[in-house]
Amino acid sequence: MSPRKFKIWRGDSRGGEFNAYDADVDEGMVVLDVLHRIQALQANDLAIRWNCKAGKCGSCSMEINGRPRLACMTRMNSFGPEEVITVQPLKAFPIIKDLTCDVSWNYEQNKRIAPFRPKPRGRDGEHRMYQEDVDRVQEFRKCIECFLCQDVCHVVRDRDRKDAFVGPRFMIRLASLEMHPLDDDDRVPEIKKEYGSGMCNITRCCTETCPEHINITDNGIIPLKERVVDRYYDPLARLARLFAGRKVRTKTRSEEQSE
Amino acid sequence: MNVGEIQTFEHDVLVIGAGGAGLRAAIECSARGLNTGVISKSLLGKAHTVMAEGGMAASLGNVDRRDNWKIHFRDTMRGGKFLNQWRMAELHAKQAPERVRELEEWGAVFDRTPDGLISQRNFGGHRYPRLAHVGDRTGLELIRTLQDHGVHQGIHFHMECTALRLLLDSGRIAGVAGYWRDTGRFVLFRTPSVIMATGGGGKAWNVTSNSWEYTGDGAALAYEAGAELMDLEFTQFHPTGMVWPPSVRGTLVTEGVRGDGGILLNNKGERFMFNYIPKRFASETADTILEADKWPDDPSARRPPELLTRDVVARAIRAEVQAGRGSPHGGAFLDIASRRPADAIRRKLPSMYHQFKELAEVDITTTPMEVGPTLHYFMGGIRVDADSQQTNVPGLFACGECAAGLHGANRLGGNSLSDLIVFGRLAGIGVAAYLSEQGTTPRADDEQITAAFREATSILNRESGENPYLMHEAIQEVMSSNVGIVRTGEELQTAVEQLEALKARAKNLKAPGTSQYNPGWHEALSVKSLLVVGEAVARAAYIREESRGAHTRLDFEGERDECARFNVVTKKGPSGEMQVAKVERPDPPKELAAIANATLDDLEGGKVG
Repeated sequence: MSPRKFKIWRGDSRGGEFNAYDADVDEGMVVLDVLHRIQALQANDLAIRWNCKAGKCGSCSMEINGRPRLACMTRMNSFGPEEVITVQPLKAFPIIKDLTCDVSWNYEQNKRIAPFRPKPRGRDGEHRMYQEDVDRVQEFRKCIECFLCQDVCHVVRDRDRKDAFVGPRFMIRLASLEMHPLDDDDRVPEIKKEYGSGMCNITRCCTETCPEHINITDNGIIPLKERVVDRYYDPLARLARLFAGRKVRTKTRSEEQSE
Repeated sequence: MNVGEIQTFEHDVLVIGAGGAGLRAAIECSARGLNTGVISKSLLGKAHTVMAEGGMAASLGNVDRRDNWKIHFRDTMRGGKFLNQWRMAELHAKQAPERVRELEEWGAVFDRTPDGLISQRNFGGHRYPRLAHVGDRTGLELIRTLQDHGVHQGIHFHMECTALRLLLDSGRIAGVAGYWRDTGRFVLFRTPSVIMATGGGGKAWNVTSNSWEYTGDGAALAYEAGAELMDLEFTQFHPTGMVWPPSVRGTLVTEGVRGDGGILLNNKGERFMFNYIPKRFASETADTILEADKWPDDPSARRPPELLTRDVVARAIRAEVQAGRGSPHGGAFLDIASRRPADAIRRKLPSMYHQFKELAEVDITTTPMEVGPTLHYFMGGIRVDADSQQTNVPGLFACGECAAGLHGANRLGGNSLSDLIVFGRLAGIGVAAYLSEQGTTPRADDEQITAAFREATSILNRESGENPYLMHEAIQEVMSSNVGIVRTGEELQTAVEQLEALKARAKNLKAPGTSQYNPGWHEALSVKSLLVVGEAVARAAYIREESRGAHTRLDFEGERDECARFNVVTKKGPSGEMQVAKVERPDPPKELAAIANATLDDLEGGKVG
């Protein structure tokens, strides 16, 4: 057992400050363990969100020494022996109290996305999909909704353009629908005009921070951008469609409805 | 306190809990035109279901065509040591395949067979590869699928909201009093029906795979409202939890490791499970390493003993440790590294790979894991009608882990996720039927409501008192020391006495700070539930004087025939005391009994039923 120094942000939407705590740390502990010890013995009302403590639920997202991390997967032995550990809430969302913030905006974005729409089943009553065709979608579906990618996204965090871009988490969700072998809906106009695929300038911060190691940018966002480009800006594709007499949607559902 | 000033929602049904069972129930209620509310202690999609790893059991027959509902039913009854509710086991085995296919219709992406169907994996106690799965993160797939489907069904989700009390009108459900965890403000739900889907109470033990939410709220709230609880003596210790480092002791290691070929070894390198094969399973279990190693490629080979039911494997690991043959940190070695290629392990068990790498600095593709028993699951819970999931309290329903009956004395791995979707749906149907027969709308009086809020507020207002976190630890200490994987009458009595003493102290809990997002206060409020379920487990375990399934009594070894004739039912007595009684089991329908007792040859050939 060895004593370690912590600085934890305490406060609420009206303001707050870093408080210093000393805590004993045992072998194998993660940051969340130490926060729980501080909570039980020194600060009973310290607000933290957590659930599974195994990196599977994405609840304990916070900023630890300036980096967005899951507290349950951040081992104490990853810090230098004298290093002070500074813990604060995610910056991209409004603070509720201490280390918790209001992430409801994310749930609103999810609800805006048109749901999965399956093709009819085959004649034998089965949906057939092959493993190699679902590998990519399964990668996206590993997402635990920790919202760390949203927290580091420049559009969401620094420019606060939550009005214009749904953020990497929901680009991945869109990709998981668009690349789902059974889905027959078309969300490309919405991806361009409503969910803001053009806002992402591919800095890959989201990919770097993803605790599930989902290749958000290269496997998810860029292919969606390419679909938008093919639909709206590729003259050859447009010509080909013209000759084939094939029509594609360029208007969003709400644009269609308002006509 | 003026009740009229409290924020109030009106629903036809309020679902308490947003894990797999709660979400499936809510989807069904909404589909049947009911104004449906859901409250959840956590954010949506974070419930404990997310931690389920291995898969959901359903006799789709995609991998082995010989599988059918009767064999699934037989496996479930045998795994539950014939204490399951027959009708529930029947409904579950019959309906699970359709529920799994429905998830696919809602966007779930299960792992595939070579011909493009839903793949199925082997698991303990299941005769055939039966678990539809997504690597080892099946629970996440289930909850996300239900969540993403559910948000478009017009359901009202109230996140980070905790129920304090069920409100009654002449014994009927009339509403729920609760509070918002973030603001600490009180909230009132006026509703003529409630579906409990709150999960189990594993947090009453200190080594558990359960998350903080598992404080037995559903069972405790229902008990306080007059509902009967059943089978609480059956608490499942999963054989394979992590044992090192201490901070992750108890964290689950999926049974899928053994289903995919992993073996258990003691510190002498022996595959000790061959020494622990119960008579009932002897004819269907390999008894030599040679035969076990041929499985599953050789269809004539019987299943390896590592895939015996969880109760058997958990006791075996405990016995090896006690005999001095344990691993360095008091467990057994679980070895997949020497059995499967590294890339196959990473593909089929990605989150296990990740979990051990990050939390224990162990690479499971090269090194055996150290594992030991961890409190994992409540087979018991709220007593319900098999078809409608209704309790003895009119308007109160329960489904998922917080309901009793499907699993009997021991649950098979994979039967939990299928339980959630089968009985979540049936609870929704049950509520719709119940409401269609109701005439007047029940109305809770103000007194009940203000009493619930006053009790909660007193914890904040007190000058000084007990630390809620340390109180929780004290409960865990009592349960872990006295109501463990093996039990004696003496220890169980000690547990009851010590819990009585803690109950008295718990009247004086103090949470410092305000009501705004105050985990100390939340912890204090969950202590009440923990004490109810802890006491109910200890008392039920005391009166079951035999060893059956997950319930092992050192002072009463082995199953006793007369004990197969009753379930233990717990309820609140007229003066507030906990009453525990043996309730006789009705005779099973002849055709179900015939299936459960049939030989496999009969069922595979379709001769029975």
